[in-house]
Amino acid sequence: MTNQKAHISFTLNGELAEVAFAPHKTLLEVLREDLGLIGTKHGCELGECGTCTVLVDGRSILSCLMLGLDAEGREVTTIEGMAEGGQLHPLQDTFADLGAAQCGYCSPGFLLAAKELIEKSPRPSRDEIREALSGNLCRCTGYIKIYEAVELAAARMRGEVIELPRESLYGLE
Amino acid sequence: MRTNGSNGKPLNVVGKPFRKVDARAKCTGQTRFADDIFLPRMLYCKILRSHLPHALIKNIDLTKALAVPGVFAIITGKDLPIPYGILPVSQDEHALCIDKVRFIGDPVAAVAAIDEDVAFDAMNLIEVEYQPLQTISSIEEGVMIDEPRIHEYGDGGNVHKKVSLEFGDIEEGFADADLIREDIFFYEGNTHLPMEQHAAVAHYDPDQKLTLWSATQTPHYVHRALTKVLEIPASHIRVIATPNGGGFGGKSDPFNHEVVVSKLAMITGRPVKCTLTREEVFYCHRGRHPVLMHVKTGVKHDGAITAMHFKSFLDGGAYGSYGVASTFYTGALQTVTYEVPRYKFEGVRVFTNKPPCGPKRGHGTPQPRYALEVHLDKVAEQLNLDPAEMRKAHLVKPNSVTANYLRIGSMGLGACIDKVVEGSDWKNKFSWNGYAGVSPAVAEARSPAIAGGTPANRKGIGFACSSYICGAGLPIYWNNMPQSGVQLRLDRQGGVCVMCGSIDIGQGSDSILAYIVAEILGIDPFDIRVVTADTDLTPVDLGSYSSRVTLMTGNAAIQAAERARELLTIAVAEKLSLPIENVSFAERRAFDVENPEFGVSFAEAVVLAESKFGTIGTVGSYTPPRSPGKYKGAGVGPSPAYSYSAAVAEVDVDADTGIVTVERIWIAHDIGKSINPVLVMGQVEGSVYMGLGEILMEEMSYRANRNVVHKFPSMLEYKSPTTMEMCDVKTYLIEDPDPNGPFGAKEVGQGPLLPVPPAVANAVYNAVGVRIDEVPITPEKVLKALREKSKGRDGRFGPESIPALEMPEPLRVLTPAEGGDGREMPRVAVHS
Repeated sequence: MTNQKAHISFTLNGELAEVAFAPHKTLLEVLREDLGLIGTKHGCELGECGTCTVLVDGRSILSCLMLGLDAEGREVTTIEGMAEGGQLHPLQDTFADLGAAQCGYCSPGFLLAAKELIEKSPRPSRDEIREALSGNLCRCTGYIKIYEAVELAAARMRGEVIELPRESLYGLE
Repeated sequence: MRTNGSNGKPLNVVGKPFRKVDARAKCTGQTRFADDIFLPRMLYCKILRSHLPHALIKNIDLTKALAVPGVFAIITGKDLPIPYGILPVSQDEHALCIDKVRFIGDPVAAVAAIDEDVAFDAMNLIEVEYQPLQTISSIEEGVMIDEPRIHEYGDGGNVHKKVSLEFGDIEEGFADADLIREDIFFYEGNTHLPMEQHAAVAHYDPDQKLTLWSATQTPHYVHRALTKVLEIPASHIRVIATPNGGGFGGKSDPFNHEVVVSKLAMITGRPVKCTLTREEVFYCHRGRHPVLMHVKTGVKHDGAITAMHFKSFLDGGAYGSYGVASTFYTGALQTVTYEVPRYKFEGVRVFTNKPPCGPKRGHGTPQPRYALEVHLDKVAEQLNLDPAEMRKAHLVKPNSVTANYLRIGSMGLGACIDKVVEGSDWKNKFSWNGYAGVSPAVAEARSPAIAGGTPANRKGIGFACSSYICGAGLPIYWNNMPQSGVQLRLDRQGGVCVMCGSIDIGQGSDSILAYIVAEILGIDPFDIRVVTADTDLTPVDLGSYSSRVTLMTGNAAIQAAERARELLTIAVAEKLSLPIENVSFAERRAFDVENPEFGVSFAEAVVLAESKFGTIGTVGSYTPPRSPGKYKGAGVGPSPAYSYSAAVAEVDVDADTGIVTVERIWIAHDIGKSINPVLVMGQVEGSVYMGLGEILMEEMSYRANRNVVHKFPSMLEYKSPTTMEMCDVKTYLIEDPDPNGPFGAKEVGQGPLLPVPPAVANAVYNAVGVRIDEVPITPEKVLKALREKSKGRDGRFGPESIPALEMPEPLRVLTPAEGGDGREMPRVAVHS
C-alpha cells in the first residue's frame, strides 16, 4: 500500500477533472472508485471483454488496461458524457427502443465503441459494425439488436427519417 | 374469479413494443449493479480458495495475515458451521470449508480489510495445511470409485442420485416397433459467463439488522439461507437483489460470498463488499452439467414412436446445488413434443472434484434435447422420411396429458415447424443425399482443388424442435403458499406503485409488471413506479429461474390490478351514476363505454375510491395448477404451460479445417402471446446466440490429469461467440394464447436455446456426412470424423459406451392411456 497519491488533471466528459489516487490504479478504477462514475463497468479487468471501454481523445480504449496516470491532459469520454443534458445520444435512443440493452451491463462499452465507429464512418455496413464491435462481448442479445440499433442511429444522425423496422420489433410474418 | 387479463377489449399496452421501464438507466450507465454500491467506511473482502481439488484441511494459521495493517477480520469455516444449499435435500455447502476442500476454488477463509489490495495481500499470508485425497474427475470415476467419498450422503459411493421411472411397459412398445435405434451422446459442460461478476455488499446497522445487496436471481432463497446460516431471525435480515448484469441461471444459488460478507459485516460493524474476479466466477459455476446419454427408441415405419428408454449420467461437480432437479430434468421433457406412449428414464448424478454444476438456461434439458433431436434425425434417415415432416406427423396434442403426467395446454409446435420450413426453403434445400440434393461426395468432387490446400466448403441444413416449461410447477421447498405475489398501491394523485419480489436479470421482468398493470388500469407504463426484489418491501416471488417470471408475476399482477380496478369502478360508477359494467379505463381516464366523453381522469378516480374505501392498496398472487402426476419424482416437469420452438440451421463446413460456420438460423417460437414483442425477439435472438456458443465452442474443460485444473478460467480462453461468430437469425413469433398465461403469454427466455445445438449438428451431417455426437462440435472432432469416413469407416465422433452401473428397479407408473391415476404402482417382490 502506498501512502503517496498521484494527482492528475484531464478533461472528463467535457469538464476539467482533478483527482488524486494511488498511482498503480487503472483508469477504470480511478473512474469508478475515485470519481464515482460507475457507468463504466468491468467484466474481467484483463482486457478480454470490452465492458470497460471508454473513449480517450476520441478513440475507444479498454480502461482496465490503461493506468489512470496516463490520462493526464487527455480527453476522456465515459457513458456519463454521452447524453447532452437530458437529451440522449441517438445511439442511446435506438438502443433503448430496440432492446439492444438487456441486462445493460455491457451497454456502456458497446455504446462508446459504436459512437467511435459512427463518427468515423457515418454509413457503416453490417460487416463494419461487426468488426468495430468485435472486441465487446454481450451474453444477452446475440448482438443482433445492437447492430440494428447502430444502423438506425447512424441513419438518424445522417438526417434520414427512418421508422423502426417491423421485422426487428415483431419478427417475420 | 381469476382471469388471464384478456376481456376481449382492444389492448393498448400488451403486445406493443414499448421501451423497457429501465431502458434509459441502462443506456446511460445509471443502473446500479451490486459492485456499483459504495458505502462510507466500507471494507473489502477477499476469499482464499483451495488450490487443491480434494484434500483434508489439517490446519489454518492466520497469524501473519492478521498482523497486516488494515486487516479488520478474518473468518474460517468454524465461524460459519451451519451448512446450506439451494435444495432442502442437499444442504451440503459451507460458506467456508471446515475440514475438507472438494474442488479447486472451494472457499477456505475470508479477509475484510481497508481496501482490496490489503485484503489480497493478507489473504496470501494465510497458511493452510492440506492432506491431499484421491480425486474423482469424471462420470466414469464417479461411478467406479467408491472411496474416498466426496460427500457422506447420496446413493452410495460418489453417486449423488439415482432415478429410475417407467411409464407403461416399454418392452411391449419395443416389441411393437418396426425399427429400434440406439445412440450414445455426450454434451460437455459449459458456463453462464454473465458479463457482470458476482458481487455482494452487506451492512449491519446499529439496531442490529442486516441488509445484503447482491447480484442474485433468487433473493428469497438467499434470505432463507442467511437466516439459517447466520442464526438470526429472517425479520432482521433484508435482502435486496440488485439488477443482475446477466444471470442465465448462474446467480440462482445462495453463494458463499453472500454469507461471508454478511458475517464479516456483523463482526466488524462496517459495510463489507466482495466482488468476485472473473476467475472466481468460473469456480462459482453452477453451469451446464456434462451429460452422457443413451437413448433407445422404437418407431413404426411412419416415425410414430412406440417406446423410448432414456439414460443420462450427469457430472455434478463438487456439490449438490440444483443437481437433483437437474437429474430429473434430463428425463422430464422428452415426452412433451412428440407422442411417446411408453417411456422409461434412468438418471444418475455423480459427485466429482470440479466446480459444482447447476442450472444454466434450459436447466438439464438442452443435453437430452440435443441427444433426442439428433437421434430422431438418424431415425428419419433410416426410415427415409423428411425429418421435419416426420416430427410434425406425431406431435403431442394440445390439452392432453403425457405418459409421464405432464399436462399440455396450448401447443403451437406445428405452426412453428411450418414457419421455419417455409422460411428456410427447407423442401428445396434438404435431402438425405445432401444439401440441395448434392451429396458430400459429389460436393467434394466438384470443389475446386486449389494448390496449397485451400478449403472446400460444403453447405448443409439441419432441423430440430424443442419445448420448455413456463415455470416449475412446484417451489424449491415444500409449502402451500403462492409462488408469486404482487402488491399495488394507488396514490391519490394518480401514481401507481407495483411491488413484487421478482428480480430483473435483463429479461425485462420489471417492465412486464408495468405493462400489465398499465393495461388493466388504462394508464401509461411510465406512470408506474416498479419496486422489486427487496425482501423488506416486496411480497415474495421465488425468483428469476425456470422461465417462471412473466407467467407467475404476470398473473399475480393481473389479479392485483383487477382488484384495484374494481374499487375504482365502484367509486366512479357511483359518482357518475353509471351501471358498474359501463365503466371502462383507458388513456389515463375512467369513462362510460357508451359515452366515452363522459368520465373522470384516472387521478380523480383514485380520489373517489380513496374517499369511499380509504387508502387504495390491493394484492394479487399466483399458485400454479396442481399436476396430475402424483408419483415420487413427479415434482419436476409439471408447468402451467409449455412453450415450443422449431429451428432450421444452415451451415458451411470447411472440410479441410473442420471449421463449422453457422450462416443463418430460422427459428419460430410459440410465445402464446407477446406481452412486448421486441423483448420477446431479444430473448429469442439471445437464446439462439447462447445455443450457438454451446454447440460450436463453449466448454468447461479440465486438464487431463488428476489435478482437475480448469483449463482456462478466463474470458479470453473460454471461447464464446463474438460478433464475428454470431449468425444471422430469422425469427417468427407464433401467437397461440395459453389459458394459463397472462393475456395468453408463455415463456421465451430459455426455450429458444434448445433446438439450436441439434439443428446445427444435423446440418453438419447434411453438409459433410459425419455425425458429431458430442457437444461442442469443434474443428478437431469434425476432422477426426472426416478422416474416419475417408478410410471407409463410420464417420462418427462421439462416445462409444456408457458406464455399467446397477440401477434400482424402476418406479412403475401406468400411463393415462393405460388408465393410470398418476400414482406409482405398488412394488412387487421379485422371486427368482
